[in-house]
Amino acid sequence: MSRIKACFDKLKADGQTALIPYITGGDPEPWVTVPMLHALVDSGADILELGVPFSDPMSDGPVIQKACERALKNDVTLNHVLDMVALFREKDNETPVVLMGYANPLEAMGYKVFAEKAQRAGVDGVLTVDMPPEESDEFLSIMDAHNIDSIFLVAPTTSPERMAKIAQYARGFIYYVSIKGVTGTATLDVSEVAEKLALLKERTDLPLGVGFGIRDGKSAAAVSQVADAVVVGSTLVRCIEEHADRLEELPAALAGLLAEMRHAINAQDMTK
Amino acid sequence: MAEQLDNYYDTYPDDDGHFGIYGGRFVGETLMEAIYALEEAYNRYKDDPEFQAEMDKDLADFVGRPSPLYHAENWSKQLGGAQIYLKREDLNHTGAHKVNNTIGQALLAKRMGKTRIIAETGAGQHGVATATVAARLGIECVVYMGAEDVQRQAQNVYRMKLLGATVVPVESGSRTLKDALNEALRDWVTNVDDTFYIIGTVAGPHPYPEMVRDFQTIIGREARNQILKSAGKLPDALIACIGGGSNAIGLFHPFIADEDVAIYGVEGAGHGIETGEHSAPLCAGSPGVLHGNRTYLMQDENGQIIETHSISAGLDYPGVGPEHALLKDLGRAQYVSVTDDEALQAFHDLTRIEGIIPALESSHALAYATKLAPTMSPDQILLVNLSGRGDKDMHTVAALAGLSF
Repeated sequence: MSRIKACFDKLKADGQTALIPYITGGDPEPWVTVPMLHALVDSGADILELGVPFSDPMSDGPVIQKACERALKNDVTLNHVLDMVALFREKDNETPVVLMGYANPLEAMGYKVFAEKAQRAGVDGVLTVDMPPEESDEFLSIMDAHNIDSIFLVAPTTSPERMAKIAQYARGFIYYVSIKGVTGTATLDVSEVAEKLALLKERTDLPLGVGFGIRDGKSAAAVSQVADAVVVGSTLVRCIEEHADRLEELPAALAGLLAEMRHAINAQDMTK
Repeated sequence: MAEQLDNYYDTYPDDDGHFGIYGGRFVGETLMEAIYALEEAYNRYKDDPEFQAEMDKDLADFVGRPSPLYHAENWSKQLGGAQIYLKREDLNHTGAHKVNNTIGQALLAKRMGKTRIIAETGAGQHGVATATVAARLGIECVVYMGAEDVQRQAQNVYRMKLLGATVVPVESGSRTLKDALNEALRDWVTNVDDTFYIIGTVAGPHPYPEMVRDFQTIIGREARNQILKSAGKLPDALIACIGGGSNAIGLFHPFIADEDVAIYGVEGAGHGIETGEHSAPLCAGSPGVLHGNRTYLMQDENGQIIETHSISAGLDYPGVGPEHALLKDLGRAQYVSVTDDEALQAFHDLTRIEGIIPALESSHALAYATKLAPTMSPDQILLVNLSGRGDKDMHTVAALAGLSF
């Protein structure tokens, strides 16, 4: 069984919502990424989303754009991010890791080479923002063959018919983008999210994660009422940016921020 | 190749916008329904007689089409080879071929009930052409332009503002056309319900490469009729400059099945291909995925897009339309490059010899004509797309001569 499925099964049995933090690999310095991943797990992360830096992150707002720029200044490539996962796995063989990024670095490496390296490193899933199901047939079959879950997005603009199509391609969990917009720019409306998730639930048995627009304990708790997983990114990346000149304090600061969300979600889960 | 070319028009793109392995729809999920809605609207209206009539009327009365085909006799004589004909897209309203496309997309935006138009621009010609059609429709227009291009094309920025558009300088990345495209896509994702994105070239997700091409093929269709009428035969070769490739595909497309017509696309070699400072993905790049389609890109071995250079802002782009990628692989078109210096020389030559001041983008096509024409005989015909006029480049050219206004 994949780590992602095992993770969601366990949380479901315990009546808990998954918390999924996102950070960009190599931001602000390559060596600090793996310590941050461990700190996130220690403070309540269930699944980790690790960004692969790209020069043209067109679905991301300014916060994650700048994270990509900082990582690229350090010449962090897809290969380095895979090395980070392998290093993380030396101490943690349980927490699922999902890579998130854009199609071109995967194209440049080649899907097969990527799948082999990712599997060896201990990657569990991959979310390619600009690769919709329409362009995913070859990619999906290669990832399937290497036991890597292809994670797909559903957006507020996605029609019910399209949700059904996406559900056929989706593996692991489905990531619902809660706002029309780029990452880190607006606050979500929980009742709107609940309506869409209800439609989606009729079309898939996979767990549903919600991301984009979750910035603190309060919004995380609100989303946990309706979702199986809460994804938080820009808020953490902003914390990384603020600590760029005091890296030794960074893992603890990040852990504190995530712990607050974990606490708020747990409090909410208790009422379920 | 003959057999492939017979079926070319029926084969490319396929129903999902693929030109062979190129093209496609590589965008985030939020935009997928929007590009399907656009595709549906385009397919509904492209053969609609009322839509066509409105488009033809605008192209005739507002743009000033057909644009002339001019026999550059002085220049042909001086180069001592082929007869050079210039397709005068520079004489269009707003000064370049870009308006052929914005007229078409604006009519679609109106029919789709959109209340806001956005665009990206490099040299500013597409931004001006978009601001122009938005002014006529009386709807809000926001143009994204790389901060570096805002500086080097100050006049076009002012033109857009006069026309009522908001020009947003983009400070991210390399601060040029590719970053303007990223920012326009981010705007579209955020305002997808009421906003129509007028992409200025034959790139982006399906249906843009096909739709923009269709709007621009007026160039090639006119040129074909004009040369048959004035010379009684097809040209021996076509030349056009390539940034994203819309003026080029507009000229080339109606000639693709005419195997005896040689086709040359000219990319910006900047300081020279060997320096790495250029904008020539077809000559020196490799296939990848950017801005909604798979095509040739300027990228490093890790798939990061690398910064481009060209004297002309309109060519300063790391990708190229997917149909050009296909034509390159099929061997139907040849893609070559000329340097900043060669383009600048052609700019001055045409100005002094024919009394026409060309855009720096178009000067790349002209520069290649100066190489090709002398290898041909005087009874052969070389048809060059003069895609835009050089008024917007006065500052750039003057600065190179050490002058300022």
